[in-house]
Amino acid sequence: MAGIPHDHYEPRSGFEKWLHARLPVVSLVYDTLMIPTPKNLNWMWIWGIVLTFCLVMQIATGIVLAMHYTPHVDLAFASVEHIMRNVNAGDMLRYVHANGASLFFVAVYAHIFRGLYYGSYKEPREITWIIGILIFLLMMATAFMGYVLPWGQMSFWGATVITGLFGAIPLVGESIQTWLLGGPAVGNPTLNRFFSLHYLLPFVIAALVAVHIWAFHTTGNGNPTGVEVRRGSKAEAEKDTLPFWPYYVMKDLFALAVILVVFWAVVGFMPNFLGHPDNYTEANPLVTPAHIVPEWYFLPFYAILRAFTPDVWAVIFVDFVTGGIVNAKFFGVLAMFGSILVIALAPWLDSSTVRSGRYRPMFKWWFWILAVDFVVLMWAGAMPAEGIYPIIALIGAAYWFFYFLILLPLLGVLERPLAQPATIEEDFDAHYGAKSTPAE
Amino acid sequence: MMKKLALAALLALPVAPALAAGGEGHVEDYAFSFEGPFGTYDRMQLQRGLQVYTEVCAACHGLKYVPLRTLHDEGGPALPEDQVRAYAAQLEIFDAEQGDYRPRLPTDHFPEGGMDTAPDLSLMAKARAGFHGPYGLGINQLLKGMGGPEYIASLLAGYTGEEKEEAGTVLYENTAFPGGWISMPPPLYGDDVTYADGAPTDLEAVSQDVAAFLMWTAEPQLVERRETGFQGVLFLVLLSVMLYLTNKRLWAPVKGRAKGGAAE
Repeated sequence: MAGIPHDHYEPRSGFEKWLHARLPVVSLVYDTLMIPTPKNLNWMWIWGIVLTFCLVMQIATGIVLAMHYTPHVDLAFASVEHIMRNVNAGDMLRYVHANGASLFFVAVYAHIFRGLYYGSYKEPREITWIIGILIFLLMMATAFMGYVLPWGQMSFWGATVITGLFGAIPLVGESIQTWLLGGPAVGNPTLNRFFSLHYLLPFVIAALVAVHIWAFHTTGNGNPTGVEVRRGSKAEAEKDTLPFWPYYVMKDLFALAVILVVFWAVVGFMPNFLGHPDNYTEANPLVTPAHIVPEWYFLPFYAILRAFTPDVWAVIFVDFVTGGIVNAKFFGVLAMFGSILVIALAPWLDSSTVRSGRYRPMFKWWFWILAVDFVVLMWAGAMPAEGIYPIIALIGAAYWFFYFLILLPLLGVLERPLAQPATIEEDFDAHYGAKSTPAE
Repeated sequence: MMKKLALAALLALPVAPALAAGGEGHVEDYAFSFEGPFGTYDRMQLQRGLQVYTEVCAACHGLKYVPLRTLHDEGGPALPEDQVRAYAAQLEIFDAEQGDYRPRLPTDHFPEGGMDTAPDLSLMAKARAGFHGPYGLGINQLLKGMGGPEYIASLLAGYTGEEKEEAGTVLYENTAFPGGWISMPPPLYGDDVTYADGAPTDLEAVSQDVAAFLMWTAEPQLVERRETGFQGVLFLVLLSVMLYLTNKRLWAPVKGRAKGGAAE
């Protein structure tokens, strides 16, 4: 494997040599676990393990839930209650799975914002970044379809609203919506295909996770300084790195255990905190809930979707220029998908050659405003679309695009970056003090 | 300029809860035994609630998701098995195999409601969360629960006695119901039932008893789940401490703690 020079697996016994000549699987595991990892990684580098854990946990609990669940409009809601009441530990399985989705998104947002601050997306890690955004999109699709399965009121109406977004596409929108739903409205065919895809997509995610890991194992991890590991020789590389096992395995496991304390407390003591009460009422196409609110992790993007109302001048302008093809509704849909697209394009939008935000005095401030903006959007998305909220959402959405499309290209030119350490070793020693004698 | 705008957005934050609270009915914060992280159901209260449900609510409302056998469950009403069998037997069910009605068995569920307009009550305590605070965040659920049983008890005790007719339907004024007018006639007036255990039967007490029972029907595993939660948290805290110590020791030589002498 290309990348940072390090020890490789050497088969010793006769059997090892026999196996290695036929299938170098031990070598693969060894090289993956022993990958040289920058020794200055901070606590924001733990989210990858948390995310991997979430994926495994969701697949494991999900497979068991699927054994007891019935994807039919007349039976789905009752089968969930069957899981809650009759299946051994069924309530725990379901609550872990439902809250597990939330933990998954907490971790993925922390992971993405880590990447945005430390410039993880920059050359040569663009592929890792793009794969990551694809995983994020698939996670959103999976979570959305999973939320439909219990067939509660919010499941049904959430599905109606979100698939309606595709209906906003000019000309082909309605056909696409019908094709997605398997009929003119959300019904049994919709539930069936959502169940099928909800089962399939996590395995696609798992495959992409493997590619994600493969990609950054080729380029090497980023790190808080953004300075690359020296690769001249193995001895040089070892001054900047530590093997992933055992150093980062133990560190990540510790972080994971602390996070699971909080997670388990939520599951045990307030498992419905993040859910919506309306979803304990069976879906009824004839009764629309007072407020249709998506799950918390969709709220920032939901806010962007709703921000572009017909009275916004940009919307009026685009509507006029395109001869009404891009109306307010379609504009909102484009803005929502665009808000994720601009994250994916960050490697090419950011003109600064300095990776880490630590050495970018101006960028740092704008980044933190973006983080606050994300929270504000999340909050605005939960509020009814009336009064001051659409205005706040509009400001939030405008800043989101302003950051990616204008600030990132400009800052690299305007900003005078601070001095970066020459090596990772230098940064590490500045924190912990150089060793007088090499430790054993 | 963007900084200022972002700041303005931040300052606007506290406006939310005040507006969100408008239009909702008044939900009294009753103290239930199952609130808080370590609360448990009061077995006698659940049995009283079952009695109120059976004698009053069951006339219109069903509990179709609740298996009758769970009345025997530890942590719930914990009726003796013979009483569960007797309770089930007085309810009929149509048996498709026999082509006739037969008495229910503990393995059957509670019946569905007899009235189309009367919603099933199995999950009502979770479907009607009364508490969303503070600031709409809902964090007070940890100490007070979702507020569903409080909503139910407030609703049952919240009739003012005023009536009005609208499009051929009689509506009753209720202080807890969102919008203030509900189509369900007042089901309880106080002293509607006679308890074997001599507990008070005034309107508020009976309302709370049946609300507690409906919390149990909605979340029968509540006590067990909290025990699992507590054990899991304890275990994970212990695991975290051990991993912290392991990790600290592992990294100590690397972090140059040995600088001035031996590693700690």
